[in-house]
Amino acid sequence: MSGYFTALSSAEVLAELAEHDPRIVLVSQDFGPIGSFTARFPERHFDVGISEENLIGVAAGLAHAGKVAFAIAMAPFVSMRGFEQIRDDCAYNRNNVKIIAPFAGLEAGPWGATHHAIEDLALLRSIPGMTVLSPADPNESFRMVRAAAAIDGPVYIRLGFLLPIDGYDAPFRVGEAVTMREGNDVTLMATGSSVSAALAAYDALKGTGVSARVLNVHTLKPIDRAAIERAARETGKIVTVEEHSILGGLGGAVAEIMAELGVGRLVRVGVRDVFCTEVAPYPELLHIHGLDAEGIVAAARGLLGETS
Amino acid sequence: MSCADILAALFFQFLRLEGGEGQRDRFLLSKGHAVHAFHACMVELGKIDAAELPGTGQSGSRLGGHPTRKAPGVEFATGSLGHALSVGVGIAMAEQLNGSKSRTVVLLGDGELQEGTVWEAALCAPSFGLENLLAIVDYNRFQAAGAVDDVLPLEPLADKWRSFRWNVREIDGHDMEAILTALRAVPAAHGPTAIIAHTVKGKGVPGIEGTTRAHYTMLSEDEAKLALMALEAAA
Repeated sequence: MSGYFTALSSAEVLAELAEHDPRIVLVSQDFGPIGSFTARFPERHFDVGISEENLIGVAAGLAHAGKVAFAIAMAPFVSMRGFEQIRDDCAYNRNNVKIIAPFAGLEAGPWGATHHAIEDLALLRSIPGMTVLSPADPNESFRMVRAAAAIDGPVYIRLGFLLPIDGYDAPFRVGEAVTMREGNDVTLMATGSSVSAALAAYDALKGTGVSARVLNVHTLKPIDRAAIERAARETGKIVTVEEHSILGGLGGAVAEIMAELGVGRLVRVGVRDVFCTEVAPYPELLHIHGLDAEGIVAAARGLLGETS
Repeated sequence: MSCADILAALFFQFLRLEGGEGQRDRFLLSKGHAVHAFHACMVELGKIDAAELPGTGQSGSRLGGHPTRKAPGVEFATGSLGHALSVGVGIAMAEQLNGSKSRTVVLLGDGELQEGTVWEAALCAPSFGLENLLAIVDYNRFQAAGAVDDVLPLEPLADKWRSFRWNVREIDGHDMEAILTALRAVPAAHGPTAIIAHTVKGKGVPGIEGTTRAHYTMLSEDEAKLALMALEAAA
């Protein structure tokens, strides 16, 4: 479902948490009522209109005064406009602000490049003390919201267009990547909506005798260094997949670690340092930029062919 | 120097600094570059040893060029301009929700009002009531490159805050009685209050007062002696 509806559904989880924790408040931007949270706790929901910088500053103030402040705001705008407030007011001042950011990646499709968030992971990952999360399906996002409430410090939860993954109910542990499929020839390391695409790619590769490992890297920071090292040593070849620029996100994080290890080969699937200017529905945009299963399979085959 | 009298009124006459959460007031220095005046207040309150002041900005000091979480008495670390009014709005919302008597005071620079975020926060605050929120503008008429009126004028400043639905008071920011009277008018009946304090850059320092040089300067030893003599004579 769209990141927006996932965010609204997350608010149901939030309402449940708020029932037991009077510190929980919600700040949003021109979203109207947020699920049942607003109906149940109207005095604890502050809609501050279209003002991402102010929104994050206000959330930091609420947190500074002892609240656990959840902020729901559009990923492209809150991550870039609100960046300095996230850095200074939330992270540097160590305030308990949890940002839920729908419309991450290319979900906004034909609304255009201004509404795409393909830099947010790179930006947020650069801030000391941030926890940066990117769920693979709606249920994982709900588990993350619960976990975020218990984390002492600022958290960014990135919500793209997430399809439910059948049978996926692994417990969520911050910083611990989930092995979705075992395999030895290549590791597909994906985050967010790209996990579903990587699972489809796994099936396609399996059909031609390629054994791929699929990791759901739901935590970009702190990143699961050990899982990356195991994949590099055991499969030698890694394909990162993300609905994000190939610069600074999952691909960047994995490249940093692999360079330090001096082990393995890496190909990054992501938006290749361009604005996605094609006017096209979301699934088509993914295809154009090689972010669907077909694109992942091609990247994996390229990597496997290179050394075989 | 322009905000020294305002800080003195706040820290020695107005703010309730002790007590638990919900009891004490909070002060945010949005114009973080005025931190030296703030540190001096902390010396008077016994939170910083006067002997620490000369080491400000030197290796290993707790005292830097902007308020940090390492320095005693700092409520919120600032530096980048245009941040603290939004934070103050959030704090005031929390205290209003708690039904507490805690007040939140944010001191802003005049040049700082050129930051758009100040006006996002100013637009936001009255919509939530926030009688417990007070913004003070240190209107000394100078910013880094020169006179505010030459760089980017703010006038009509009081009208701007009024049109944003704030209770507005304009005072002489060096008249202690006027400062205290304005502070004691908070909380107003409805909404947050802005005090526009007309001040003089480098107030009380001969040769520096009212000049661009007062924004950022190092005094020579002789100038410093003269400045201290002048300030003590005026005290």
